[in-house]
Amino acid sequence: MKNKILPFSVIIIFGIIFFIFYKGLEDSKIYTPDVNTKKEIPDFNIKEFFSGENVKSSNIFKLDKIYLLNIWSSWCVPCRQEHAFLMNLSLDNKVNIIGMNYKDNLSNAENFLKELGNPYKEIYIDLDGTIAIEWGAYGVPESFLIYNNEIIKKYIGPLNQQLIEEINLLIK
Amino acid sequence: MIYSLVGYYSLILGLIIGLSLFYFSYKNFNNSNILDTKILSFTFLQLFFVIISFLCLIFSFVVSDFSNETVFNNSHTTKPLFYKISGTWGNHEGSLLLWLLVLTLFIFLFLVRTKNQPVKYKILTLVFQQIIIVGFFLFLIKTSNPFNYIFPIPTEGLGLNPILQDPALAIHPPILYLGYVGSSIIFSSVLAATSLKIISTSWASHIKKWILISWIFLTLGILLGSIWAYYELGWGGFWFWDPVENVSLMPWLALTTLLHCILVLEKKSILTSWVIILSIATFTLSMCGTFLVRSGILNSVHTFANDPERGLFILVFLFILIFLSILIFFFFHKDNDRKSSSFFWLSKETSILINNWFMMYFLSVVLIGTVYPIFLDVISSQKISVGPPFYHKLMIPFLIPFLLMMAIGPKLRWIKSQLKDKTYLISFFIISILLAFLVLKNFNQNILINTILISSALYLFFITLRDFFVKKYKNISQNISHFGFSLLILSILFNSLFSSEIITNLKIGETFENSKTKIVFESVDQKKEKNYNAIIGNFLISNHDGGEDRFSPQLRIYNQPVIATSEADIKTTLMSDKFIVINLVQNQDFFNVRYQVKPFMLWIWLSVILISLGGIVSLLKKDNEK
Repeated sequence: MKNKILPFSVIIIFGIIFFIFYKGLEDSKIYTPDVNTKKEIPDFNIKEFFSGENVKSSNIFKLDKIYLLNIWSSWCVPCRQEHAFLMNLSLDNKVNIIGMNYKDNLSNAENFLKELGNPYKEIYIDLDGTIAIEWGAYGVPESFLIYNNEIIKKYIGPLNQQLIEEINLLIK
Repeated sequence: MIYSLVGYYSLILGLIIGLSLFYFSYKNFNNSNILDTKILSFTFLQLFFVIISFLCLIFSFVVSDFSNETVFNNSHTTKPLFYKISGTWGNHEGSLLLWLLVLTLFIFLFLVRTKNQPVKYKILTLVFQQIIIVGFFLFLIKTSNPFNYIFPIPTEGLGLNPILQDPALAIHPPILYLGYVGSSIIFSSVLAATSLKIISTSWASHIKKWILISWIFLTLGILLGSIWAYYELGWGGFWFWDPVENVSLMPWLALTTLLHCILVLEKKSILTSWVIILSIATFTLSMCGTFLVRSGILNSVHTFANDPERGLFILVFLFILIFLSILIFFFFHKDNDRKSSSFFWLSKETSILINNWFMMYFLSVVLIGTVYPIFLDVISSQKISVGPPFYHKLMIPFLIPFLLMMAIGPKLRWIKSQLKDKTYLISFFIISILLAFLVLKNFNQNILINTILISSALYLFFITLRDFFVKKYKNISQNISHFGFSLLILSILFNSLFSSEIITNLKIGETFENSKTKIVFESVDQKKEKNYNAIIGNFLISNHDGGEDRFSPQLRIYNQPVIATSEADIKTTLMSDKFIVINLVQNQDFFNVRYQVKPFMLWIWLSVILISLGGIVSLLKKDNEK
């Protein structure tokens, strides 16, 4: 009797190990930390892109409206890729796209917009990148979906068709 | 194009031969006292086809045939020829083909070289090996065919990951595979011997050769990987307890234990259960390693492709092999050690048994550290990361008795022995403690655990050193290996205790200075090579004692694929390595500079070579005796 328990228990143990490895295979191993969702947007003063006037953040983001804050730069290659998607999104007019120009040369940024079009309702300049830090941005490009002065969702890296669809879904 | 076709059909033919070998084995098994020549020639034919297939893949790489998907994904026309060839096994499909090559090579050599063993045993070994081989054939053809055809034919390939473009890494996989896959033959032959109940002293001395061969290659393979990580990854360490390193260490621990057990079995015909379980464990752990790094369940440099289908195939196959071996073990193996189980406590067997348990402890620490995060993730969706502190805390205390055991164990005799010459054993012990104490006192590193650890390592060092001169040595190989091991532990200890590091940000022309070292960042050069562009930083580093060295670490931007890597500049001397690496800080005009002085680095490599040299000597000695 004793002799039979051992093999069975060994087989059962390996069976369990098999099961766990099997389950482990199913999960995606791409791990992104939980981003700060549903967080109040920070308070800041920022320069307007064209006029150069200082604007308070409370005047930019109004309650009951949906905004997409997009941090971009003319020197950032992925920004070029996502620009077309932003252009498409701006055509629908469902969301106010706010641009934040990050650590950029002003004339380069203007040429960038001339070349690829301007999807932004308003554009502001973050010359030294400090305001992006307050937003908790890792780099460019990065986008924040904002409603009622709260960050609904944060998108790290360039937007693509799939993410645009997700944004459209969230807006509804 | 033509190579892909030939390669692919060679694989199919190899598979068919594998299947037909089952039939021949069955026929031959019942009605013959000599090995059917058909079996031998078919095994050779299978090897031949795999070689053809492998050569085809190499040719496809050499001529940059981008109609082949594997070549397209992993090669580029501007790559030097050497890396075109090494690119063959620098990817998932090619490395599996290499697995297969080694599998078939070993079984063929096994059949040719094995004499004085029953024919049934040879045939059964072949059958078990063919199960593995056929499994891998199916895996290769079904999920990772290296000869997939793409159309339209791309004009240029995607290139090889630059960190793999390195001489040490070019030969690291083949050497490691010889060790990894070499353990398959041990696995098959143990299963065969268990089923036929022929595990005996003569079987032990026959299989010992194969264990030694795998062990030597595995040791050297791990060494090469470690050297590569040291200078290529630019972190200045040689062992990171990365899951991928761990999966190569685990079979090594099992194999080393097995090596010790087989020595006992060869002499005394005991520890058979240990031998069987360890042989199974060694190969299973190698397979498990393949599963872990290839399935994408762990992420690392070695994860070539995250294809769940592949992972599932290896997993199912691995567990089929595990269950098969468990069944064979419990069904056929009757433990007949009992009659001699009451061996005297102060004997060589006891010391080897204790050594086994220590090794099993180390093995389980590594195993738990590697797979526990996966388990935890599946069971509770929590992510944890197991780092060096875990391994260090759990292993270092146990290293002390282990080292002492290694020093005294070989002095004992089989079955019963009185320790002769106790005086020198004790006096060496006292000398070691004093020396360790003095050295550490001198460098203000006087922590009790360090003193004890260094004393025990020194003790082993002195004992083995003495043995080189004193005895007319019967067992020089063991002595070399143990001496190498003591040197390894000592070097690692001194290396970690006395390393110093400076991390600073410097612009061109700036100088960093502290009480001991002065770093001048003189200038920057540019260099254009066929497969990369490099920025070379020129540094002048002077020590407080007046020594001056010039360093030129590089930042390389590889063209295909576009990846930036840091090439460390290392000045190696007998007693210490000076290591400098630069990194570009994003959007800034200064460089991040890391300068490290690492004593005894060279000795770490040398001692591992010594350890494997012990194995080589043992292997050669065996051949001479016959």
